[in-house]
Amino acid sequence: MTSATRTSSAWSAVGGNPVRLVLSSWPWRSLLYLLTGAVVGLVSFIGFFVTIGVGVLTAPLIIGLFILGGVPRLGAMIAGLERRRLPVMLEEDVATDVSDTPWWRTPRDAASWRALGYAVLLALFLWVVDALVVVLVVTFVVVSLISPLLAHYDTVGMLWWQLDSTREAVPFAIIATPVGIVVGAYALTVLAAAQSSLAGILLSPREEELEARVTELRRSRIELVDAFETERKRIERDLHDGVQQRMVALTMLLGRAELDVPEGEGLALVRQAHSEAEAALADLREVVRGVHPRVLTDLGLAAAIREVADRMPIPVRVDVFLDERPPPQVEAAAYFVVSEGLANVAKHSRARSAAIHARRSGDSLVLVVTDDGHGGARLGEGTGLSGLVTRLDALGGTLSVTSPDGGPTELRMESPWHVDR
Amino acid sequence: MARRPLRIVLAEDSALLREGLVGILERAGHEVVASATDADELIAAVRADPPDVVITDVRMPPGHSDEGLRAAAAIREDLPTLPILVLSQYVADAYLPALMDSAGTAGIGYLLKDRVGRVADFLASLDQVVDGQTVVDPEVVRQLLTRRSDDGPLAALTAREREVLALMAEGRTNGSIAEALFVSDAAVRKHVGSIFAKLDLGDDNDRRVSAVLTYLRG
Repeated sequence: MTSATRTSSAWSAVGGNPVRLVLSSWPWRSLLYLLTGAVVGLVSFIGFFVTIGVGVLTAPLIIGLFILGGVPRLGAMIAGLERRRLPVMLEEDVATDVSDTPWWRTPRDAASWRALGYAVLLALFLWVVDALVVVLVVTFVVVSLISPLLAHYDTVGMLWWQLDSTREAVPFAIIATPVGIVVGAYALTVLAAAQSSLAGILLSPREEELEARVTELRRSRIELVDAFETERKRIERDLHDGVQQRMVALTMLLGRAELDVPEGEGLALVRQAHSEAEAALADLREVVRGVHPRVLTDLGLAAAIREVADRMPIPVRVDVFLDERPPPQVEAAAYFVVSEGLANVAKHSRARSAAIHARRSGDSLVLVVTDDGHGGARLGEGTGLSGLVTRLDALGGTLSVTSPDGGPTELRMESPWHVDR
Repeated sequence: MARRPLRIVLAEDSALLREGLVGILERAGHEVVASATDADELIAAVRADPPDVVITDVRMPPGHSDEGLRAAAAIREDLPTLPILVLSQYVADAYLPALMDSAGTAGIGYLLKDRVGRVADFLASLDQVVDGQTVVDPEVVRQLLTRRSDDGPLAALTAREREVLALMAEGRTNGSIAEALFVSDAAVRKHVGSIFAKLDLGDDNDRRVSAVLTYLRG
C-alpha cells in the first residue's frame, strides 16, 4: 500500500466538473464525515479533558498516575473509531490497527504514537474547524433559501447585504442559494477530503511496518508447523512407550498362558484373546505410522517413501536421490504429500502403476507423484491434500495437481530447501 | 525345555517387556546372564562376558532412535561370531542394510516384538539365529516381496522361486517350505537349486545364507 492509494478520490471530484461535483454524493458524504467528525472530536476533547483532569487531580493518590497512563489507550480507542469513519471518504479498504498490544497495556510502537497524535489533533483542533465550516455552510444555504420568507417578518442581514423585504430577498435567494450550494459543496468536500487523507496517512501502517508484520506472521506460521511436527512426534513416542508396550507385554503374557493352561475351552479362549491382542497391535502400528513414521525420523525421506510405496497394492517406482537430508519440516511435508498422494491414487485413480520422483533443484526440493490412472483429480476441500497445501504455504512452498480427464495425473510439490525464519 | 540352555544378554529399556522376555526365556530353560537398559550397558555386558546370543531392542535411551541396531553393529565388529537377535515394536525393510552389512558370520535375526508371544515360534527363531541362520520377520519379508525389483540378480527369479527364497529368509528348512507351499520336498530342492544357479552362488556350505543375503539386499 502506498500513500497515494490512501488519499480520497474526492480530490479528483474537486478537480473535475463543478456541476458534476454538486450533483455527486461527495458533498453529502463530506457533510456526514465532518458532522460525525465534529461529534467524535468533541467527545474526544471531553474524554481527554476529563481523563487528564482527573488524573492530575488524583496524581498525589497514585491512582491518578494509572489514569494518566490510560491516555495513550484513549488515543488508540479514538483512532479505532476514526478508522471506522474513514470508509465514508476513502474507497480503499480501511487500514486496520497494526498494533497487537493487548488492550490493558500501553502501546509503544510508532503507529500507536501516530494514532495518539491524530487523536489529540482531532480533539483540540479539527472538530472545531469541522463544526464551524458545517454550521457556516448549512446556515448560509438554508437562510438564503428561505430569506424571502424571513425578510417578510424582519430585516435579514446576509454577508454584505441588507434584505428588508421579500421583494429584495427573492432575487437574492435565486442568485445566492446556488452560489452558496456550489461554494459550500467545494468547501465541505475539500475539507473532508483533506481530513480523511490526513487520517488515512496517520492511521495506516507504514510500508516497513507492514513488512515487519508479514515477516512476523510468516515466522509464527513456521512455528506453528514446527509445533505441529513436535506434537506428532510426542504422540508417536507416547504411544510407543505407553499403549504399544503394554499391548506387547500382554501378548507375551497370553503366550505364556497358552503354555500353562490345559487343553480345553480355556485354552481356546486364551488363544483367541492372543489373536485379538495381535490384531490390535497391528492396528495400533498403522495408527502410529500415520501420526509420525519412525522410518522418516531414523532413515530419512527416501527410505520412508520406499516404505509407503511397498505398502501400495500397485507397483510404484521410487526415484528419490537426495545428497543430504532437508530440514524436518520439509521432510515431513514431503512424506505426507507422498502418503496422501498415493492413498488418493489407490482410492480413486484406478491406476496400474505410479512413480515418485524427488530431487534437489537449486535451493528447493521438487517432488512429483505421477500415476497412469483416469485423471480428473483435484486438490479439493476434504482431501488430505488441502491441509498439506496450507502446510507447504507456511514453508513458502507450493502443491499443485495436473490431472486432465483420462490421465495421467501429476502431483507436484515444491518447497524451499531451507526454512528461513 | 530348550534344545540346549543358552546364556543370553538381554537389552530392553522397558521393565515391563524385560520381565516378560526374561519370564519366557527362563521358562524355556535359558539363562539371562545380564540385562541392559541402554546400548552402552549392552556393549559393556557383552564385552565383560560374551554370551551365546544377544537379544536387543532397537529403540533405547538416550536417543530413542536406532541405538540397538548400532550397538548390534558395534558388537559384530568386536565379536563377529556372536549371534544377535534384534527385536522391535516396529519393523521395516529399510533397517535391514544396517543389520546385514555389519561384519560377521554368525546368525542374525530381526523380529517384531509381537512374535515373542508366539512362544514356540520365537524360541525356534532364537535357536535358528544361534545356529547361524538369518531370520527376518514375515512383515519385513512381505514388504520385500511387494517391492518390484526391475533390475539386480533377483529379476531373473520366477515368482515361485521368490516365494521359496522369501521362506528361506524366514529361516525355514526345505521341509517346512514344502509344507508351507503344499509341494513336495523334491520340488523345493529343485527351486532352491535353481535359485542358487540364477544367483550365481558357488558350491560352498554358505550358499543358503548368501542367497538370503542377496535377497534381502536386493
